[in-house]
Amino acid sequence: MIVQVNEQAVETTTGITVLDLLKQLGITTRHIAVEVNLSIVPFESHGDTILHDGDQLEVVTLVGGG
Amino acid sequence: MGTVVANEVDVVALDDTLLKIGPFELNSRLIVGSGRYENATVMRQALDLSGSDCITVAIRRERLHDAYGDNLLDHIDSDQTILLPNTAGCYSAKDAVRVAHLGREILRALGNPGADWVKLECLGDSRTLLPDPISTLEATKQLVADGFHVLCYTTDDPVTARRLKQAGAAAVMPAGSPIGSGQGILNPNNIRIILEYLKNEDPEYPVIVDAGIGTASDVAQAMELGADGVLLNTAIAHARQPLVMATAMRHATLAGRQAFLAGRIPKRLYAAASSPMEGVIATHPFPRNEAK
Repeated sequence: MIVQVNEQAVETTTGITVLDLLKQLGITTRHIAVEVNLSIVPFESHGDTILHDGDQLEVVTLVGGG
Repeated sequence: MGTVVANEVDVVALDDTLLKIGPFELNSRLIVGSGRYENATVMRQALDLSGSDCITVAIRRERLHDAYGDNLLDHIDSDQTILLPNTAGCYSAKDAVRVAHLGREILRALGNPGADWVKLECLGDSRTLLPDPISTLEATKQLVADGFHVLCYTTDDPVTARRLKQAGAAAVMPAGSPIGSGQGILNPNNIRIILEYLKNEDPEYPVIVDAGIGTASDVAQAMELGADGVLLNTAIAHARQPLVMATAMRHATLAGRQAFLAGRIPKRLYAAASSPMEGVIATHPFPRNEAK
């Protein structure tokens, strides 16, 4: 199935969890937050939140800023 | 005969309180930004030299293909420094609220104490980076309802400042001049009026000058006016020698604050001699007009 991550199409396994998708993308840092379809998925729920075809994710982190 | 040695004078340490913003207490009245540095090492060193214990950070998409790259938090000791997430780049209340929630989630998952506060920037114009007062007010109300302590970036308009305080902002942060412009405090009278209005019957309410600071004297000026603190980024990050400027800013914050607490002399139209007239041996060619 295909999901959008930061507006980029990503091919992944059907029924994958947020946690496993992040691993697939090589994102293992804890310095992030994840939104699925405009809803924040708390860190504790990454392992049991299942993704569906067409889901839109945002994965954000902290960067330098004033 | 021995050499004359001046007596040691006890320097009276002026007692000052901590900077309190909502439930947060900061030792330093200078808050610095983490952006626009040449590299993270300089940023870290500047933070240390500034004496600040609070640094603002922005929220942006994680790079998907450089996951092992440097992360900002690798360079900030989050046990020593409170992180203050900002909503920079947001042009609507909806976006600002969304970004604030994302920032909170990152810090909550990290256990950082900065999880429940946010520097709210809700912009109205990309050339001036002036805030939109209407969406700033709307976002403030929403975020206060969502349990945030909101530090509102705003203009030096006292009416808007008062509305933001009434809406529940934990601090109001009027700009001295446009972000990154280095023009200093363009309208000190408005800053004074904001201080007076917002601290009326509430002297501890925090008002922090944020944006447009150019150099150390701007910081000192803000503190002498009575601001509780100053927030700056570009003034250090883009100084010719950022580390030297960071040190200067630390001194300026202290100097301005102590001058404010000390109570300055008034400005007089005429002179008031600082040496006595009694016992003068010089001739005085003009009629004496003693200053009263």
